[in-house]
Amino acid sequence: MSAGLVILAVIAIAIVGFFVGRSRALNSAGGDIRQLHSLPGYYGQAVFLFSAVPALLVTAVWLILQPMMIENRISDMILPTDIAEGSSLELIMADVRRISSGLDTAVVAGALSEPEIETLNLDNTDVRGVLAGVGVAVASDIKPNVLDASVAYRAKTAAARGYMAVVSIAIALVGFAVALSLTKPDYRARNVSEAAIKSLLVLSSFVAILTTIGIIASLIFETSNFFRMYPAKDFFFNLTWNPQFTGGSDLGIIPLLWGTLYVSFVALVFAVPIGLFVAIYLSEYASSKVRSIVKPAVEVLAGIPTIVYGLFALITVGPLLRDYFAQPLGLGQSSSSVLTAGLVMGIMLIPFVSSLSDDVINAVPQSMRDGSYGLGATQSETVKQVILPAALPGIVGAIILAASRAIGETMIVVMGAGAAAKLSLNPLEAMTTITVKIVSQLTGDTEFASPETLVAFALGLSLFVITLGLNVLALYIVRKYREQYE
Amino acid sequence: MYDAPQLGNAMDQTTTKISARNVQVHYGDTHAIKDVNVDIDAKTVTAFIGPSGCGKSTFLRCINRMNDTIDICRVTGDILIDGEDIYDKRVDPVQLRAKVGMVFQKPNPFPKSIYDNVAYGPRIHGLAKNKSELDEIVEKSLRRGAIWDEVKDRLDAPGTGLSGGQQQRLCIARAVATEPEVLLMDEPCSALDPIATAQVEELIDELRSQFSVVIVTHSMQQAARVSQKTAFFHLGNLVEFGDTTQIFTNPQDERTQNYITGRIG
Ligand SMILES: Nc1ncnc2c1ncn2[C@@H]1O[C@H](COP(=O)(O)OP(=O)(O)OP(=O)(O)O)[C@@H](O)[C@H]1O
Ligand SMILES: [Mg+2]
Repeated sequence: MSAGLVILAVIAIAIVGFFVGRSRALNSAGGDIRQLHSLPGYYGQAVFLFSAVPALLVTAVWLILQPMMIENRISDMILPTDIAEGSSLELIMADVRRISSGLDTAVVAGALSEPEIETLNLDNTDVRGVLAGVGVAVASDIKPNVLDASVAYRAKTAAARGYMAVVSIAIALVGFAVALSLTKPDYRARNVSEAAIKSLLVLSSFVAILTTIGIIASLIFETSNFFRMYPAKDFFFNLTWNPQFTGGSDLGIIPLLWGTLYVSFVALVFAVPIGLFVAIYLSEYASSKVRSIVKPAVEVLAGIPTIVYGLFALITVGPLLRDYFAQPLGLGQSSSSVLTAGLVMGIMLIPFVSSLSDDVINAVPQSMRDGSYGLGATQSETVKQVILPAALPGIVGAIILAASRAIGETMIVVMGAGAAAKLSLNPLEAMTTITVKIVSQLTGDTEFASPETLVAFALGLSLFVITLGLNVLALYIVRKYREQYE
Repeated sequence: MYDAPQLGNAMDQTTTKISARNVQVHYGDTHAIKDVNVDIDAKTVTAFIGPSGCGKSTFLRCINRMNDTIDICRVTGDILIDGEDIYDKRVDPVQLRAKVGMVFQKPNPFPKSIYDNVAYGPRIHGLAKNKSELDEIVEKSLRRGAIWDEVKDRLDAPGTGLSGGQQQRLCIARAVATEPEVLLMDEPCSALDPIATAQVEELIDELRSQFSVVIVTHSMQQAARVSQKTAFFHLGNLVEFGDTTQIFTNPQDERTQNYITGRIG
């Protein structure tokens, strides 16, 4: 019985449980709902939960543990002599899993029968050929021990599946019976369903938090590996970025950090005023009709994938800036430049700034506007002197969030600003950012344990710390702002 | 000037400040004000009374064109101030509102210092030549708003940090600081305790020497105490308008009678 079928069976039992529980609750009260502690549906839900939740949990744990335990046993069958030069036990075990699932496929396709598999050996069958015949390609020649391990793996897996089916369904039935025996008029079924919902919510938040912690932990772990190979002092203070595949690289973060901040700064210089003006226009000046058209139109900008912005930078904005600014002014020859990337990124950020600011401006109570208009102020006086000051902390929060977005942006930078790490003030020169270098360090051919690769994690962690700091700052400011009106 | 028929028995020697003719207000499909004609005298306190939702605030907001800020609101008919139609295309509503000040039902100080709240109007309209003149205006206005003694030591504190009643008096001070000719007050005392209410009523009485004051109130006693004229609104109609004493002692309309004695409301 496959895992999918087991899960279906458990759920089927639970659904039956729902109806049985509900009608049993009704019967126990003699058909009078008022005699029950909870509505009948809640009794049904309780039976459903008792049947499904423990059984599904066991199934899940089983599915996680089963391959590990079986592999542990099987790996004894592989001798050190079976492991070829340049290979490893893990690679062999991957082969084992592949062959064993290949055998399954072969059985289904009729190329092999169960008895044939039991007596399978390399002398009487061209296993590799048979597997290739059913579309499963195995890279190297299959060694006898590997084949035996595969057959054993397959057999153990099938057996374990059988046990799992029995255990899970048994647990579901026990849960069913227990819940049904609890179904009496004074049983607090409603509270059970409340508790179930609460644990679901708690569980979800745990997943989110644990993921974050996991990401940070892995970053920190790899970063500490990196610092063991490359001095932290050089990483933070070296002014050059020049990775060498042969070793002896300069891996200073400063030029990358400079590029990141420069591009983000240029982007914000474009995005903040325009975004803010859009927000002011939409929330203060536009009639509701115009607003209903313009607001979604601006927000479409936010839906464009950044790679498309990158293309725009590469083929339109870059050459335009080169031909009309850089070359005539003698400031550079390259179409990739900080200005190109910053400009296009700025366009990308406009809806971000405008829709957040629009929300904040709309949150300024109408009575503030009335007060100002009632004193004979014009619209722009009202915006300047009442609305913007009142909304300012929220707007600052929006800008900081936009900044952390800009700092984390990759695609637009690769295509707009290039990949050359440089410390320069000239905005028409190519420069690059932390994110771009993370990508290029990890996609190279260098082996994974070299400082040239691991530096990506140190860069990632630095980036994470910067954006986290900005986000915390933004949150703090926004929260402070909320207090003003409460 | 219109040769307006005076409802109720007219006070002699007074000039008409505001006169409304056939005013209709629609909010989308809601007909909120139905054909209202009224003459409001200069240097007089006029009270608008009537059950909730009858259109008192709506009509008040017509007088300084605050309804312009509501998209769905449509005003027809004529409202004249000093004989000039304020809904004429040539009239700048911003200029008008400087002349016709307003205090709102709910206190709405700006999130600025107390000083800046009061100085807001004078600054916009350039009423003070220098800082010391502005200081004077602020102090005078806060005194008129009966709040000077409470805030004189903390003019730099935010206006939003005051109590509800203090905020309302700050808003009154803010409105009088621009020296309007007409002051519209929408239930200015609904958030005030009896002492502050008495102070505001005193202020209203004092303002009468220079301004026309129109006050919306749900308190019959207050209307009787502070106003010389009273208008009773019901379901968007101006039912009765006349001297306050006459309205309260000898109402002509049955609905007025019922409202005043507490039978409808
Ligand atoms: N902004 C608006 N949009 C739509 N309808 C409105 C709006 N403001 C007021 N109305 C409607 O106009 C009518 C009159 O409202 P108005 O606020 O003038 O009443 P009011 O006499 O001031 O009442 P209250 O004493 O409760 O303040 C009501 O029916 C109300 O629903
Ligand atoms: Mg009102």
